[in-house]
Amino acid sequence: MQYSEKLVKDLRLKAIQVRANILEMIPPGKVGHLGGSSSIADVMAALYFHTMRVNKDDPKDPERDRLIMSKGHAVLVQYACLVELGYFDRAELDKVKTFAGILQGHPDMDRTPGIEAVTGSLGQGLSVSLGVALGLRLDDSDSHVYAILGDGELAEGQIWEAAMAASVHKAGNLTAIIDWNGVQATNTTAEIFPIEHLGDKWRSFGWNVLEIDGHDMLQILTALDKAKAHTDGPTAILARTVKGKCFPFAEGQAKYHNAAMNEEEYTIAWQCIEQMKREVEA
Amino acid sequence: MRTSDSLRKTYGETLVELGRENKQIVMLEADLGNSTMSTLFWNAYPTRYFQMGIAEQNMASVAAGLALAGKIPFINSFAVFASGRAYDQIRSSITIANLNVKICGSSAGLSDFGDGKTHQSIDDIALMRVLPNMTVLSPCDAVETEQMVKAMVEHHGPMYIRINRNDLKVVTDPDEEYHIGKMRLMVEGSDVVVFATGVMVQKSMEAAAVLAAEGISTRVVNVSTIKPLDTQALIAFTRGVKGVVTAEEHSVIGGLGSAVAAALRRSRLPIEMVGIEDQYGTSAENYEILLKHYGLESEDVAQRVRSVLNEQ
Repeated sequence: MQYSEKLVKDLRLKAIQVRANILEMIPPGKVGHLGGSSSIADVMAALYFHTMRVNKDDPKDPERDRLIMSKGHAVLVQYACLVELGYFDRAELDKVKTFAGILQGHPDMDRTPGIEAVTGSLGQGLSVSLGVALGLRLDDSDSHVYAILGDGELAEGQIWEAAMAASVHKAGNLTAIIDWNGVQATNTTAEIFPIEHLGDKWRSFGWNVLEIDGHDMLQILTALDKAKAHTDGPTAILARTVKGKCFPFAEGQAKYHNAAMNEEEYTIAWQCIEQMKREVEA
Repeated sequence: MRTSDSLRKTYGETLVELGRENKQIVMLEADLGNSTMSTLFWNAYPTRYFQMGIAEQNMASVAAGLALAGKIPFINSFAVFASGRAYDQIRSSITIANLNVKICGSSAGLSDFGDGKTHQSIDDIALMRVLPNMTVLSPCDAVETEQMVKAMVEHHGPMYIRINRNDLKVVTDPDEEYHIGKMRLMVEGSDVVVFATGVMVQKSMEAAAVLAAEGISTRVVNVSTIKPLDTQALIAFTRGVKGVVTAEEHSVIGGLGSAVAAALRRSRLPIEMVGIEDQYGTSAENYEILLKHYGLESEDVAQRVRSVLNEQ
């Protein structure tokens, strides 16, 4: 598959806008999951603004593709995409995680247009995604279901129950994307709970496995198209990413799994956004 | 139509009957289909039957996804696993989102007599009752099971039904209209009211007959919807009586007795509970041995009725 330079450039700019939206939601002093939101931002931009079938006028369009954030704590990145689709007003970004807002601390389908399920208790989103995929298949729908998983989340046993069930039921309309950033809430996955041979694990559970650099737009687009073309069973995209990607003070730091930036960091973060924009546009 | 006095067989047959017209009904099973009788659905509609293996947590969340896709999924397992093993999945994936998932807790209470404490559910009502959005159903016989399953398909929202493994005597009038949430007067009486559920309905009716011979008039009410509990109806049924007894094949903590006591907290009536006293089950060669051992016989109900009258 060929991708035009313009498409790749546009999506890279979209990914920068997504990160800018994340920053808008968590001004200095406001706690939020910056690390795990920015690590998956490039993949999310590719999904929402290119690969997925979305209807800007109707978040509940039956023909839409579905995206479920199994790593629900990183919902900021999903809000950052949904606001770009116009599913809610930009003013909601300031009200994230407040009593008056519609953007809850974890994904809530009843509160936020474009959110497909309730997730946040880790390990359940792949199963929910599988259920949606099986239901769509019964209706002869050609919609695709994407589940976004954290690498730390893979310690949940239910993920592997779902992995087995998805291959048993040959869910060719299901793609799991693992945000393989190597850092979890309190430290690196290597220190906390090292899970080795991820590709072999998914392969042995019967999945089609693709391993990519999760910040390389061309690789992301290629993998997403390959996943969709693989209809015999489910595909797992192992996206190697950097936690806190694009924000130097946060990159690879467990501290920014869920923390507030100070004024200085926040200023640097915005400078990074501007610099990235200049680089991509040049 | 019902072919036996088996609640679980009636459950399976009713879903086969409903599934003929309603193509949205799907069934999920965790390899206990010959006990839960979900295999009847498998034989009839294999494409709408999902064998999920021995993985109840995944099964519950997959059902949430199927409901999101517009299906009416029924998930099946023994009551202990259907409720307890998948508790957080029911909470997070299903009830917070208020999804249209139906959970069948089969072989409930002590009814799986041989398998012992790991397989006997004394806490499933409590676990399911505490979840917002959840409806908790407990049929007393096969007739009510059939009525209930039909109503479950008609009503949107998460529901839990607890099904006895053993055949039970039919006490429900098949011609009486069934509504989720509505209590049924089984025996009229004026001295004491017994609120019973499941197998304890028939035990309470037997107790009422024994007590009648002693000159004690006992009203028996079948509370087959434990949640939402119709508090107004509950209070109405206590009018004129001198005491209240609850009867359930479940722990006295968190079940029907707790629900009734909370609903009647402003009444001055004495309340006694028949149920399993804060302990687990055990194996036995038949069901009746366990009902007797755990104080769930008609005589246990009669004894509580006499004692509330003495508390006057």
